[in-house]
Amino acid sequence: MTNSLESISLIATYSAMAVYTLAFILFTVDLAGRAATDGQSTPTRWLRSAMAVLVLGFVIHLGADVTRAISAHRVPWANMYEFGLTATLVLVGVFLGINIWRDVRFVGAFVSGFAILALGIVTVNFYVAVSPLPPALQNYWLVIHVCVAVLGTGFFATGAALSASQLFQQSREEGKLQTRSWRFLSAFPSSESLEALAYRILVIGFVFWTFTVIAGAIWAERAWGRYWGWDTKEVWSFIIWTLFAGYIHARATRGWRGRPAAILSLIGFGAVLFNYGIVNIFFKGLHVYSGL
Amino acid sequence: MASRRPSDSSSLQPVDLADVTSDFDSPDAPRKNRLDAPIRGPKLGPLEFLRWVWRVLTSMRTAIILLVLVAFASIPGSLVPQRSSDPNGVSIFRDTNPELFKFYESIQLFDTFTSVWFSSIYLLLFISLIGCIVPRTLYHWRILRAEPAAEPASWVRLPYRRRERATDGTVASLDRAETVLRKAHYRVVRDDTSIRAEFGYLRESGNLVFHIALVGILTTLAATGGYGWSGQRVIIEGQTFTNQLASYDSFHPGSWFAEQQLDPYGVKLESFTPEYTKDPVKDVWMPIDFTAKVMVTEGDATREVMLKVNEPLVAGNSQMYLLGNGFAPVITVRDPQGTVVFDQPVAFLSQDSNLTSVGVVKVPDGLSEQLGLQGFFYPSAVNLDSGALASNNPEPTKPTVTFNVYTGDLGLDSGVAANVFQLPVASLTQIAGRHTGTDVVLTPGDVFDLPGGLGSIEFTSLRRFIGVEIRHDPTQMGVAVSTFFIVAGLLASLGTRRRRVWVRVRGTARTPELEWGGMSRGDDPRLDAALDRLVDKTRQTSTDKVTG
Repeated sequence: MTNSLESISLIATYSAMAVYTLAFILFTVDLAGRAATDGQSTPTRWLRSAMAVLVLGFVIHLGADVTRAISAHRVPWANMYEFGLTATLVLVGVFLGINIWRDVRFVGAFVSGFAILALGIVTVNFYVAVSPLPPALQNYWLVIHVCVAVLGTGFFATGAALSASQLFQQSREEGKLQTRSWRFLSAFPSSESLEALAYRILVIGFVFWTFTVIAGAIWAERAWGRYWGWDTKEVWSFIIWTLFAGYIHARATRGWRGRPAAILSLIGFGAVLFNYGIVNIFFKGLHVYSGL
Repeated sequence: MASRRPSDSSSLQPVDLADVTSDFDSPDAPRKNRLDAPIRGPKLGPLEFLRWVWRVLTSMRTAIILLVLVAFASIPGSLVPQRSSDPNGVSIFRDTNPELFKFYESIQLFDTFTSVWFSSIYLLLFISLIGCIVPRTLYHWRILRAEPAAEPASWVRLPYRRRERATDGTVASLDRAETVLRKAHYRVVRDDTSIRAEFGYLRESGNLVFHIALVGILTTLAATGGYGWSGQRVIIEGQTFTNQLASYDSFHPGSWFAEQQLDPYGVKLESFTPEYTKDPVKDVWMPIDFTAKVMVTEGDATREVMLKVNEPLVAGNSQMYLLGNGFAPVITVRDPQGTVVFDQPVAFLSQDSNLTSVGVVKVPDGLSEQLGLQGFFYPSAVNLDSGALASNNPEPTKPTVTFNVYTGDLGLDSGVAANVFQLPVASLTQIAGRHTGTDVVLTPGDVFDLPGGLGSIEFTSLRRFIGVEIRHDPTQMGVAVSTFFIVAGLLASLGTRRRRVWVRVRGTARTPELEWGGMSRGDDPRLDAALDRLVDKTRQTSTDKVTG
């Protein structure tokens, strides 16, 4: 029973990847179509289908996550595979959620592309079968600490997408990137709006990350006897927090707004990816639960 | 600068935690961006130089650079083993890379987070922070007690403007507007023909609380960190740990530690019970629960406590954490006459998930020669094809100890502290065990007679031990309180918009109107919606009155 649910979860993950791929293609076709209409930023009919397909992918992805949780009898974020699976789900969810509030479908190609890549990497490289938890992880802090970390990662990823488009858009506004292949940028809002949007999303990510660090510290005190010990993972969480604190200040400072702030945000997201992908595997430390 | 009007900030500047870039408050508000102009070198005397240094240090630009620097300066702390978190890694590094070790040591890479360079960066950052907080707090304090700002000279540039008929006269309409604004928690000043109102002081208050709480964390660490201490101890089933300096296997006092800080209490380990399950996929045993049943004696009171991972025991002013466990075979050594010269449980350190463990028994007295035993313990011994033993289960289904037996000088009298888990085998003579032709393989109750009539060793029985860390951390309370304010300040600041609203009487005597104007500090996409609601509410209270 448990095993069959586990395989259903894996099949659903692969299906979600396939559906996301279709969404990615549709989003790209839309951008290309908009570029072809020479600076017309009106969405093409492909965009609606892209969004519909993405929602379908999200539902399948959600199913993969839930069945994984049921088969493991716990929250689906106790190892690197599950973290990646859930964080990608949150990324797509955040993107869909923001669209209710504001039209950001123009980054759909990025979000779906990133989701395919991330799901592919974690499924191929980090997949582990459901296994029991070691005593240190059997704690409600696992639910809280990793949950907010997943949420923070999802928001940081969306913010990074916007910051990256902001950088390209700004270059375009400055008269660069005028070739045909960059014309899809006309479908994007001005770099100023992109920056304002990225900022709002990254600030939410920052709040979640603050909670991640605090919940982690409380749990570390329970489990290891100290709330902060500069374990490698703690070091990197601190680095991420500091970089995004720098970003928030940069956004409010003349001379740092715009390109420098966006670069800081991308460096911050780079640190998030590093913390997840590199530190978990190649560094030794107390957070060695990746199950690899 | 002084000519700038408040409405300038209506150009939708971004707003954030520390946004003082717009002149929302007044032209003389403390500003972090005083350094917009190119920084010119100081030309004047030492006082001016200091002032210049202070201005540079407390500028936002410097703060951002320092934040990024702190981030980058932390990276070596994750690449190089740290004394604080991984002392063993540091020793291994010294052994494998002696040259590089010297270089790293000279630039304090093994103590990144207490190093001179890391400390200078964060101290500068905090000085910069304080240099920013103080003037802003003073300024905000004045603003908090000041009235809402006067209406702008030009309403044309206000981002929000709307006119409403004052159907029941200007006074009544203004009254209603005042009530609505007050209900919406605006700070309101009412004149005869106008209202000025302001909202969202919490934004800056929260911002300041957040930053002051950061200083609170650093202050707590500096002021109380030195009183902390921690120590480790192995407790074998049946043993009692008494909380005094001599009882610890290792002890790390803070710089202001005094021995009387150790509250007297005793902890006896009654039993330790692990629980394992087999991972069906990887086919290995995994622990799922550890429970140590202990009796805690404080003063006259004795209580039974279940010590578990994630559930520390609180005793006196300290906490005890369950960090490790293993087996402690009881070894009895007798001389040729049968007199017991050694009879103790000896903690063996586990090496793998099936608890294959290694340990050392040292018998310096009682036999004609000093005796050293290098032991291997297998909870569930199985014979491998190679003839070697291995353990296939962490539970003691077939506990077995093997020994390599040595005689010679154990080096215990040299005065140098000897590692209890190491034998100086190079200077000893092996008389039994692996490669000698006489294997020593014991299950409980087995006795091995030492060659040459030296005596005998017996694997008498088996116990378990736990490794605990005992810790007193006086910084916890201050850091917890500061963290609470960090979160509260962050949420309050990010969740609040700073808005100003003015209402004035317009129109003619026959068709009087109220004109509403509003602006927000910084990026506020919901300004229009929020102010529309206020205007609508004012109108509704009027219709309510008319219909009622």
